[in-house]
Amino acid sequence: MKVFRSHALICGGTGCHASGSMEVKTALEAELEKQGLGEEVKVVETGCNGYCAAGPVMVVYPEGLFYQKLTVEDVPELVSEHFLKGRPVERLFYKEPEKRELIPEMLDIPFFANQLLIVLRNKGLIDAEKIDEYIARDGYQAAAKALLEMTPEEIIQEIKDSGLRGRGGAGFSTGTKLELGARSKAEIKYMLCNADEGDPGAFMDRSVLEADPHAVLEGIIIAAKANDAHYGYIYCRAEYPLAVRRLNIAIEQAREYGLLGKDILGSGFDFDLEVYQGAGAFVCGEETALIASIEGKRGMPRPRPPFPGESGIFGYPTVNSNVETYANIPQIIFRGAEWYSSIGTETSKGTKVFALTGTVNNIGLVEVPMGTPLRTIIYDIGGGIPNKKKFKAVQMGGPSGGCLPEEQLDLPCDYESLVQAGAIMGSGGMIVMDQDTCMVDMARFFMDFVQDESCGKCTPCREGTKRMLQILDKICDGHGEPEDITILEELSADIKASALCGLGQTGPNPILSTLRYFRDEYEAHILEKRCPAKRCVNLLKFTVDPEKCTKCGSCFRVCPTGAVIWEKKQLASIDQEKCIQCLSCFSACKFDAID
Amino acid sequence: MPPLELDSILEGRRSQPHQLIEVLQDVQEKYGYIPEEAMRVISKDLGVPLIDVYSAAVFYKAFTMKPRGKNVVTMCLGTACHVRGAKLLLNQATGQLGIESGETTEDGLFTVEHVNCLGACALGPVVTENGSYHHHMTPGKLRKLIDSLGREKTEDASHA
Repeated sequence: MKVFRSHALICGGTGCHASGSMEVKTALEAELEKQGLGEEVKVVETGCNGYCAAGPVMVVYPEGLFYQKLTVEDVPELVSEHFLKGRPVERLFYKEPEKRELIPEMLDIPFFANQLLIVLRNKGLIDAEKIDEYIARDGYQAAAKALLEMTPEEIIQEIKDSGLRGRGGAGFSTGTKLELGARSKAEIKYMLCNADEGDPGAFMDRSVLEADPHAVLEGIIIAAKANDAHYGYIYCRAEYPLAVRRLNIAIEQAREYGLLGKDILGSGFDFDLEVYQGAGAFVCGEETALIASIEGKRGMPRPRPPFPGESGIFGYPTVNSNVETYANIPQIIFRGAEWYSSIGTETSKGTKVFALTGTVNNIGLVEVPMGTPLRTIIYDIGGGIPNKKKFKAVQMGGPSGGCLPEEQLDLPCDYESLVQAGAIMGSGGMIVMDQDTCMVDMARFFMDFVQDESCGKCTPCREGTKRMLQILDKICDGHGEPEDITILEELSADIKASALCGLGQTGPNPILSTLRYFRDEYEAHILEKRCPAKRCVNLLKFTVDPEKCTKCGSCFRVCPTGAVIWEKKQLASIDQEKCIQCLSCFSACKFDAID
Repeated sequence: MPPLELDSILEGRRSQPHQLIEVLQDVQEKYGYIPEEAMRVISKDLGVPLIDVYSAAVFYKAFTMKPRGKNVVTMCLGTACHVRGAKLLLNQATGQLGIESGETTEDGLFTVEHVNCLGACALGPVVTENGSYHHHMTPGKLRKLIDSLGREKTEDASHA
């Protein structure tokens, strides 16, 4: 085997792809060749590193140095300084935003240092398109153990003992789910992996699939053995082309290595699976809708029971779990239930991956033990709120979840605590919002989403969410009436009680949680016709306050239509004819001078 | 539009109703939309009633019933992008081109669409133009992007 002096691991996740990591990779390889280092330094494209905001990122081993925000122009200097002369390029290091100090090594950066990686243990370390690299990290050892040494009952017991609960939202015990599946003696059974990650603002499953697809495959194989199923589907949404591609490569390689197909590892157990690409419908995240979609139908949910465990794909028993749930299973089998259940809280075991986004310094993928307080995630790992703005709320669980205010920041992140506070664990989206976010607008945003994605089958969801959206639109436009809040509360209760599937039953949650914690903002919109966060354009005047204006011209420079009138040392003003109410000047003004 | 040729797509899938979505995906990719004639052929060959083909085709967001423009500008309206002002971008694009989201300009140059999340939340607000990503967009940057795309195509036409 060829030995390299140094390895440069460039992130090839969707985030870094979009910010140009592949151009950097090509340039780096060419430059290394040019400077005669092609044989000494190996460039590896890894899956998502997790620290998406700093992209494109590169980690150089053996030193473990972390370079961020790379451009093609940085490459010649990187090669001649770092790789040729051994002098790290400090200007590309991570800079701690508060103290402004440079942190060269990846594991010293707070974003990475405060995480505990189980599901994401291979992120940014291996080339996701090479099965050998996964195997070198103990990959498929758990599958070998499960297939060759364990009975289905033992596998189920181990997973039950570990306390693993579904990571897709509801948090049902995975061991129990497998046990129910195994009870069915049907000749044909299916395994199903839900990778239809539709929650806006959530990208955990995408990153797992891109960074470590084999971990998911291995988890499904083990669960298939426990359930005695021989065929499976991974339902992946079409918006994730890279994840689909990597999954297909992984499946092909696993087949070549005899890890999928007939008589896996000589165990006598047969299993194979395929990727099914979704066609864009959020409701397909609901398992009965997902199954309808695989069967080639309109993806609409149906009432349960019968549960998919009894009658799923084509009427056969189907065990369905989420990507992250499956990715946990190999580690549980490999390292044991006792180890796994030592992490987390009494009722929520193991770790949880969150997609930390919104107005927070360190956007990216975060894996922490269950029970970690929100404050630790947002401030220690996330690095707090940028631009000296104030934290306002954190949205958890997407359109089925809720917004939590500052006084809930010490809440431990586990299934039960979050539900009590009015949010849910959900799939793990965590969107941080600062003082500039209007909470009524946020509720309107989610209701718009639910309304748009409602499949139309049941009346409470189809009509109820439309009515709620109309009311919220009215409030945001400045025509709200005092009784609107009561109507919203009544409608919420009715829809929750009567909708057919999870989408409708949880749809009112964003409104209920904002009403619970930010009622004053609703009241400001309705009674005073004022948007405290200055986001609802129909409640704004688009005028400059001469008392507050510092004549700096920031608003003038960002205006895309030339509506801002300003000259040096003169007060700014806005030409209402030209103004398209895009709010660019509101964001640019540091002095709160525009109303 | 080239004459319909669906044999390569339907090969090996005939009389298998559960293949409907995958067949529609291939048709969408090949023609950029689902022509009515294609739905009739699919209905016959897969053995799915035409109403069910239509009902699936209008249900999923990946399918369109009309041809799309030369440039497809897609706004991500996911939560992270929304918090950072994605709606203002949508207003900019629809205002500039004089069409609503989901529509195509009369000259066939632009289609404006929105999606609910591209999963590239760290880079928001994100806009994709014909599949390539533009991150940290502002209304001003988007205006320039659309202007330059419009110019490019007009130049192409004048050369031809």
